[in-house]
Order: sequence, then structure tokens, then C-alpha cells
Amino acid sequence: MFAAATLGILVCMLLAMARALLGPTVYDRIMAVNAFGTNTVLIIAVLGFLTGRPDFNDIALVYALINFVGTIAVLKFIRYGDLGWPRNIPDESDDL
Amino acid sequence: MTWLIDGLSGLALLGGMFFMIVGGIGMLRLPDFYTRLHAAGIIDTLGAGLILLGLMLQAGWTLISVKLLLILLFLWFTSPTATHALVRAALSDPENPQPLLYEETPPSKP
Amino acid sequence: MKGTLSHVISLGLFCLGLWLLLSGFFDNTFLLSLGVLSCILVTWVAWRVEAIDPEEHPPHLQLGPQILLYWPWLLKQVVLSNIDVTRRILDPKLPISPTLIQLKPSQHSDLGRVIYANSITLTPGTVTASLSGDSLMVHALTRSGAEDLQKGDMDRWVTVLERETS
Repeated sequence: MFAAATLGILVCMLLAMARALLGPTVYDRIMAVNAFGTNTVLIIAVLGFLTGRPDFNDIALVYALINFVGTIAVLKFIRYGDLGWPRNIPDESDDL
Repeated sequence: MTWLIDGLSGLALLGGMFFMIVGGIGMLRLPDFYTRLHAAGIIDTLGAGLILLGLMLQAGWTLISVKLLLILLFLWFTSPTATHALVRAALSDPENPQPLLYEETPPSKP
Repeated sequence: MKGTLSHVISLGLFCLGLWLLLSGFFDNTFLLSLGVLSCILVTWVAWRVEAIDPEEHPPHLQLGPQILLYWPWLLKQVVLSNIDVTRRILDPKLPISPTLIQLKPSQHSDLGRVIYANSITLTPGTVTASLSGDSLMVHALTRSGAEDLQKGDMDRWVTVLERETS
């Protein structure tokens, strides 16, 4: 069953990769990379079980956080062209 | 009892595999960025959830399960936030095509 | 903004709990003391860079029976909408009808609105596009998904959660 789950994740990674390569807009690519990251987290966890080393979970946990921060960082970079100085630009729509 | 647990976890893993593949297909075949986000939502919620549930059932009542549960919680808390940031950035970008809406287009094939 | 002493203590205890949970060492005194030291260090750094969350804690939410009822309900919604979106992806006969709608959330606190917006995004088929002031813009994959939201079941659930306890 672990093999089946691995297969599903790999197929999904392949499809996400195709979307990242095809993606007409940059946002499609970011979305695909985010989905790819989620798949990476899962495949690390499943491979840990498949090879009998559940310690891999720690890595998966850290990767889940890095994936989120990375997505936000890339979005911020695209929007402001910089990661360090958000306050120079007046924030026009601001909510959260 | 073990056969029951094994069966349930197998089912969960198979279900996770199914939803993963469906999400992937949806990401390729839906017509525009905003609709593809919903397909990515399937991967993040039920695809990930079922696979981690299957693994948790295999691990039993151990710290490994707790870690898997934490991964699941992080994913379920962060993925909506990431999706929201993504869609907000896309909507506020004037160069990005506006979402296809039902009123403006004839019922398109998915 | 610097938090008060109680915020600092709760952050430290939270770090310690997480450390214990993730490391799994409960009986090695040396490692435990290293863990405690690292928690103190992290808390001190967070205090020094003024990154301690100044929010009320416990937040103004009923973290009692209501949220325990809300999570299973949300889980059911997530599963149902997953199945719906799956069918629309796989079956070419089922049409999609992407819709943008405005919603008026009935929550008063920021936390309540964030929970509502995140719950909407968590269910596939609906995504919160913007949350500003007192209106939410939602992109839904189908017209019927948008109508379900307009009926406001989820909105009412979150408002119940928000009711102040103190």
C-alpha cells in the first residue's frame, strides 16, 4: 500500500511539474510549485515508512514549514521586487 | 484487530493516491488559474489528509503518529493561507488575466 | 510590540511542550536540560526582537465544546466538497461555473474572520480572494458552491465560536 501511495504522489508530482512548465502565468507556476512542495512533504513521510525509518518525519515536518514560508517569500518577491523593504511601498489594499 | 487496522490504512492510502492523481489531473485540465486553485486544494486537503491518516494508522499510538498529526495540522493551517496569498496577489496584478466567470462565458467544458 | 510577562511565559512553555513532543526524550537529564536551555534561548531571542505575539491569550474564543463540534463539521464539509470537485474534474458532462461573490461575515473579531476565511479556503471549490474591512470576496468553482456559502451555515458556526467566554 505504501508503494501505491508513493505512486500516486509521484504521478501528482509529474502533473504538477507539467503545470509548472506549461503555466501561462507566473501564479500558475507558483501554485504548481506549492503543490509540488506538499507532495514532497508527503513523499518524505511515506518513504520513511517504506524503508522502515520513520525518523524521516522530522524532515517532513520541517519541509512543510519551509514550503509555506518559501511560497510566501516568492509571492512577496514578485509583488515588491525585494524581500527586505516592504515599508517603502505604500500598501494599497490592506487587510490582513 | 491488526487486519482491520491494516485494511483501513490501506484504504486510506489508496484514497489518498486517488485524490492526489485527481488533483493533478484537475491542475492540468481546468481552464484558468483561479479554477486550478481548487484542484490544488484537493491535493492539500484530502490527498494529504488521507495519506497521512493511512500512515498514522500504521504507526499506532506512538510519537510518530503525533508527528504525522503535527504535519497534517501544519499543512491544513498553512495551505489556506498560502492559497489566499496567491489568489490575492494574482487578483491585484493588473497584468494577470481576470478570472473567467460564468456570466461572461458560455458554460465551458471543465 | 513587547508582550507582557505572561505572554513570555506561555511562549516558553509552548516551546518546551513542542520540544518534548518532537524529541521524545523524557528520561535523559542531560538532553532535557539542553532542551530547557534552548527553549529559554528561543524565548529570550523572541523577546529581544519583539516578536512575541501580543494577542490575548486565551483568545476570545470558546475553545471548549463548540470548537470540538466545529472541527468534525468542517471535516465533513471538506470531504463533501472534495467529492464534488473530484466529480467535476473527472466527468466532462458536469459543467463548472466559476463565480465571484461578496459575502458579509458576521464575526466581530479579527480572529473570527480569519477562521472563517481560512475555513472557506480549506474547503476545495471555494477560495477567499480578499478579506478587507467587513466584506469577503470569494471565488467559487461552481454556482452552487457559492450559493451554499451565501446560505451562511459556516458563517453562523464561526460566529458561535467567537462568542466571548470571559
